[in-house]
Parts: sequence; structure tokens; C-alpha cells
Amino acid sequence: MGNESQGTTVLKVENLCKSFDKEEVLKSVSFELNKGEVLAIIGSSGGGKTTLLRCLNQLIIPDKGRIIVNDDVIFDDALGKENEKNLRTKRLHFGLVFQQFNLFPQYNVFNNLTLAARLLAKENNKKNGGSQEELKKEYAKIDEEATKLLERVGLKDKMKAYPCELSGGQQQRVAIARALILNPDILCFDEPTSALDPELTGEVLRVIEGLKSNDNTMIIVTHEMEFARRVASKIIFIADGVIEEIGTPEEVFENPKSEKLKSFFSKSVEVISQNS
Amino acid sequence: MFLEVTLQMLDGFKLTVFIFLVTLLGALPLGLIITFGSMSKIKVIKSITKAFVWVIRGTPLMLQIILVFYGPGLILGSKGIGRLPAVLVAFIINYACYFSEIYRGGIESISQGQYEAGQVLGMTKTQIFFKIILAQVIKRIIPPMGNEIITLVKDTSLARVVSCVELLKAAQDIVGLKAIIWPIFYIGAFYLLFTGVLTILFGKIEKKLDYYKG
Ligand SMILES: Nc1ncnc2c1ncn2[C@@H]1O[C@H](COP(=O)(O)OP(=O)(O)OP(=O)(O)O)[C@@H](O)[C@H]1O
Ligand SMILES: [Mg+2]
Repeated sequence: MGNESQGTTVLKVENLCKSFDKEEVLKSVSFELNKGEVLAIIGSSGGGKTTLLRCLNQLIIPDKGRIIVNDDVIFDDALGKENEKNLRTKRLHFGLVFQQFNLFPQYNVFNNLTLAARLLAKENNKKNGGSQEELKKEYAKIDEEATKLLERVGLKDKMKAYPCELSGGQQQRVAIARALILNPDILCFDEPTSALDPELTGEVLRVIEGLKSNDNTMIIVTHEMEFARRVASKIIFIADGVIEEIGTPEEVFENPKSEKLKSFFSKSVEVISQNS
Repeated sequence: MFLEVTLQMLDGFKLTVFIFLVTLLGALPLGLIITFGSMSKIKVIKSITKAFVWVIRGTPLMLQIILVFYGPGLILGSKGIGRLPAVLVAFIINYACYFSEIYRGGIESISQGQYEAGQVLGMTKTQIFFKIILAQVIKRIIPPMGNEIITLVKDTSLARVVSCVELLKAAQDIVGLKAIIWPIFYIGAFYLLFTGVLTILFGKIEKKLDYYKG
């Protein structure tokens, strides 16, 4: 991999539309993402950021448009409804880290990471007629990977702890590791620090920043402007379901063109100054 | 005298335990089916199930026992279904409805985020239900189920309306026949023992599931 993979298109979103009842939440959203890029999506509340991420992850099915990951068509309104099984495989192209972590409370940290991976390994083993031995080897690999990931998010010592015994920041770091274990092509974050106490946001943002590499493509919905500016290679500003502005952090932050973005920035500045 | 009474009580107690166990055995799974009905996406099924649950929960169990026992004979002119079967049918249906509401409450209390977390990890609906949701539901419904099951122990005494000689009827008969009052207190001890054992049992289960919160 390395440098030659940089610049190849991983994600293509074309004319994505989604309505709830009569309300148009996404109005023909299109953008592309290259491998290793970090895309930050900003915008005021109700703009459709979460809806966009959920469409990518196929938690909700878009009404119109196309989503293509690495030449694999994830969604195309022309193709009609996918069956549950295909939907599952397509979902695996994406990982999603939720605002509310959504760890499984009855499993300890380690099992939160390995649960889905083990189920998948078991399923594949069965499908390929593999032996018990091979499955055991797969499990061992998964366990090893889980340990590595926990080390990476700085929680190896919490392996046996239950989610309720962790701080919000630690829980979110576990959730990040859990999303990584299935090796998604694109890792999405929906306001990963919004549910956290201010003093805990730093540790989570640092972990996310640490994931930046030529191989990890990420989409981060965030209200942390400083973070977006520093970490993202591309910024999308979305308002009322429309991409109002798209560009590099410099372009978007230094030279906002649309009135909506300008007023959004002035509002965020107000919020920041009110908080401090 | 004491021995004689005790033996008679034990006969009644056996029937009480029998009604209790058979009701549980029938109502626990039937309740789940009713839950699926009341949570169905098909509107007709949902409405019918909900109306049924409302009727069963909104009328006395005693009335339902009487209806199941006398109803078939009087309405259809058929022979009826015998005392004990009538009691069991009424108990199972009645308790299944109560259980179904507890199950439903438990299932609905699990946040949507748990399902979504499973989905984005590529799990199937079945896997999500059995590996993620079920254990959390069980943990949440154990306390209300404990209450309901202890109520069931005491409700078994309703079987006497169609002359099933369960524990209370057995005592009542003796009191009437021999003009002594103490058997009534004596059976109180039976009930206390029974519910006491169940209380301890449910306490143990709760404790066992206490290793996590949420
Ligand atoms: N499941 C749904 N059913 C109906 N309307 C919905 C649903 N999900 C979102 N919406 C509506 O879609 C619009 C966009 O919501 P969305 O959550 O995508 O916004 P957002 O940009 O993520 O906002 P926030 O910054 O507050 O998270 C809102 O007006 C919301 O009410
Ligand atoms: Mg949102």
C-alpha cells in the first residue's frame, strides 16, 4: 500500500436524497473521498449530518442516489431494495462510532470488541466448510487484534472491565476500537465527543487524530472546529440538507463564501466565547 | 389430628404447586408469542392482540375461570372441559397476558442504539436479538417477573371457585368440618414458605445479573 494508494477514490456519493414523511432532509448530496482522507462534516443542528452518516451505513435506506465504495455499489436507487444478507455485507464497508457509544453493557471491553468479529468468522468458517481447528485459529487472530487495538486506544488494562465501570471517554475509545476490528474501508464518527464532559473530549480526539494514516479513511461529524481544522483534509459544510461548501480547511475556514457558513461561524464563535 | 390435617393440606398444596408450575410452563412462552403480536408491524394483528390483552387484564381472573369452566357447556351445549383443565387454561391465558406486557416493556426499554450498534457491526437480526438484546431484557424484567410470579402463588387459591381442592380450599373444608381455626394459620405458613423460596431465588438471579449496569 503506502503512497501509491493515496489519491485513489474510496467513496463516491452521488445525488443522495432522503426524506422523512414530507420533510426533505438530504437534497441531492454528492461528494468524493480519497483513500487516507479525513473528511469533517460541519453544520448547524438539523442540517442532516447524522442522516447522511446513517445513509452511508445503511441504517436508513436513501430514497435516491448512489453510494459506491471501492467500485462496489453499496446503494443505487435504480437497483431496488437489497435483501438483508447483501445489506449486511455492504454495511461492513463502513464503521460507525456513535455519539452515545452504544457499547454492549453485558459484555466486558474485550468481548465488546470480539463479539461481531467472532460471529463473522464462525459464519465464514461454516460457509467454507472449514474445520474447528481453523476456526480456533481465526478466533486467536481476532483476540490478538483486539488486544492490539485496545493498546492503541490506551485501554489494554481495562480489557476485563465492563462498560459501566468506564468513564465516557474510555467508553468512546472502546467503541472506536470496536469499530476498527472489522477493518472498515471508511470509519464514520457522529459527534464522538458531544456526549462527553469537556475534560474528556481531549483523550478521544487524540485517539481519532492518531488513526490518521494513508490507509484510514474517516468521516467525522463534529462541532469541534479547532479539531476539524487541524485534522481534516477536507471539510463539508452542510445546511438544510445541502452541501453549501466543500474544500480544504484553509479554503473553508479562511474564506467562507456562502452567507450561511459565515453566519454559522459567527454563531460558533459566540458559543465558544459564551462557554469560556 | 395434626398429622391428619397436615396430610390433607399436603394434598391441597400439591395441587397448588401443580397449578403454579403448569401455569408458568404455559404462560412464559405463550406470553412471548403475545408480545410479538402486540409489537407486530401488521396493524390488524397488533390491534387484536392489544384488545385481547386489555380484556384479560381488565377483568377478574376469577370471572375468567368461571367462564372457561361453564362457558363451553352453556354457550355451545358441549360437555365442558373439567375443573382442573378449565383452571389451567384460564390461568395460562391470564398470566401470559401479564407476562407479555412485562416482556414488551423490557424489549421496548432497550435503546435503538443497541440494535444499530449490532447492525453496523454486520450482525444479523437474529444475532442481535439473541446475543445483544435478550440478556439485557432478561435483566430488566426479572424484578417485575418476580412480583408477578409471587402473585401467581397466591392467585392459585382462586381455583376453588370451581371446586378444585387446592391448599386454601383444603383448609377451608377442614375448618368448616371440624370447627377449628388453626389450619387457616397453618396454610399461611405454606404460602409464606413457597413465596419465601421464590423471593430468595429471584434475589439470587438478580444478584447474579448484577455484574453490569444498563
Ligand atoms: N428517523 C427520523 N424520522 C423523522 N425525521 C427525522 C428522522 N431522523 C432525522 N429526522 C429529521 O431530519 C432532520 C435532520 O436530522 P439530522 O439528525 O440528520 O441532523 P443533524 O445535522 O445530525 O443535527 P445535529 O447536529 O442536531 O445532530 C431533522 O429535522 C430531523 O428532525
Ligand atoms: Mg446529528
